[in-house]
Amino acid sequence: MATNAHTGPMLKVENIHVYYGNIAAVKGISIEVNAGEIVTMIGSNGAGKSTTMRAISGLIAPRRGVIEFEGRKISGMPGHEVTALGISQSPEGRRIFGRMTVDENLDLGAFLRNDKDGIAEDREYVYGLFPRLKERIHQKAGTLSGGEQQMLAVARALMGRPRLLMLDEPSMGLAPMLVELIFNTIRQIREQGMTILLVEQNALAALDIADRAYVLESGVVKQQGSAKDLAASDDVRKAYLGG
Amino acid sequence: MSSMSQAVRGGGREWNATNVVGVALLGLIGLWILWNFIDSPTQVIQVAILGLCNGALYALIALGYTLVYGIIELINFAHGDLFMLGSVFSAMIISDWFGQETSNPTGWAVFALTFVAAMAFCAAINVSVDQLAYRRLRNAPKLAPLITAVGVSFIFQNVGIIWNGSAPKSQNAVLPGGSLEIGDVRVPWTYLFTVIITIPLLLLLTWIVQKTRQGKAMRATAQDPDAARLMGINTNRTIAFTFALGGAMAGAAAIMYLQNNGTTRYDAGFQLGLIAFTAAVLGGVGNLTGAVLGGLLIGLIQGLNDGAPHGLGQEWSQSVVFSILIALMVFRPSGILGSPTSEKV
Repeated sequence: MATNAHTGPMLKVENIHVYYGNIAAVKGISIEVNAGEIVTMIGSNGAGKSTTMRAISGLIAPRRGVIEFEGRKISGMPGHEVTALGISQSPEGRRIFGRMTVDENLDLGAFLRNDKDGIAEDREYVYGLFPRLKERIHQKAGTLSGGEQQMLAVARALMGRPRLLMLDEPSMGLAPMLVELIFNTIRQIREQGMTILLVEQNALAALDIADRAYVLESGVVKQQGSAKDLAASDDVRKAYLGG
Repeated sequence: MSSMSQAVRGGGREWNATNVVGVALLGLIGLWILWNFIDSPTQVIQVAILGLCNGALYALIALGYTLVYGIIELINFAHGDLFMLGSVFSAMIISDWFGQETSNPTGWAVFALTFVAAMAFCAAINVSVDQLAYRRLRNAPKLAPLITAVGVSFIFQNVGIIWNGSAPKSQNAVLPGGSLEIGDVRVPWTYLFTVIITIPLLLLLTWIVQKTRQGKAMRATAQDPDAARLMGINTNRTIAFTFALGGAMAGAAAIMYLQNNGTTRYDAGFQLGLIAFTAAVLGGVGNLTGAVLGGLLIGLIQGLNDGAPHGLGQEWSQSVVFSILIALMVFRPSGILGSPTSEKV
């Protein structure tokens, strides 16, 4: 992992406002992610979680507010430049390249890299995390099952060898057994020293794995704190954990 | 249209009325070709070869439609007129700059130089229009860039009038004249050159799209631009590169057209553009192999219609081509090799 002189949080989102046309999806969200942490954003549909992720990745520019990565302003930067700085996202809905093979998808994850040996190493690493993908190496990604596509989306994001990994709804639409597998894998990735920002609707699983959490509602941060405390808080239990 | 393509795709086994009519039509066309062939085999072979040579030209232009459609789902209505500008540009270099009027080694060198220059010229124009006009409309409704393309088409035609005048200017071919004769079949060399030049261009294009890093970026951007950005792909540059490729193919077609026809005019791109567009749709718009196949098929059919003993003749040429387009919309809207358009979310 690269070292840098930057101190303070790795990712700092300061009071951003994001609009789709005239509709405000995010109305002043501030979050921080420190190196080595798993931080999760939870909240119901339309709370602004994915929009915040898209803003960090540079897919949509915030109208107000600042996003800093390792002390450098990244808000307003085009998406491909943000990726080049070391942020990878596994987007909501997986967004794998369906007409390409599993292997080609991984290649694209490493699009900006030139270190052949490092890429080969990482390929082995992700195939080790998801042996099922290795069996389907030359299969068109569009023919994979939902769970396999999700694995591919995470694997593809890892192929960029990011310093910050962002996972948007990795458990969406998966059978309980697969959800467990995905979350176990996230733990494994974290043990390698990866910093992770996780968006989830499955609040229970997310709080279980995370260090800190932000609860989003209608485009603002409703609560924040350690994942443990939030999991124990009455409000959060009522709203997101089914009592 | 999407429900129509659903029916057709599912129709591999279901024998609904549309399918029966479609197959019957194909059968009739087959019988018609056979009838011509029995009556006059040499004539049919000759016009078929000429048709295929023309088809190679259509294929080159069709590639420009299909490349751009594949990546930003824009039917670039200005593409035919870009081709026309390329032909005027070629005429200017060969005749006005070099004053080359005959076919000799100097003429061939001038041709080679102009060939490269025309490809670069059309590529540059295509990229400029994308960056000036279409780029700003990436997130606009699909109709906005479409109308813009129609507007650009008019601008190009007017530039053509100012540049080349409103009447056609004739120009001598600088490529070797004469014909290749095998038995009674005679094919002019300039026609054959079109095919000879098209083949390596197609191979090069396929290699770029399938094997290179730029090609990989193109395919990723075509499938999902946002996901491509997340991979670190500069989608805007990738789209510009695609416009450059399509433009270069139009430039190559333009100079070959000039050599075959000996003349060009400001509206040359209108009809040829529409025919090439039909070729792209016939093959399955967005599909490179399809565009080539569509171009060759239309060239072949047009050749047979114009020159076969029982053809309808040249005056019906356009009607035949556009009847194919209409029939295609009814029987197989996704084209011969096209995938259903409902792939995007």
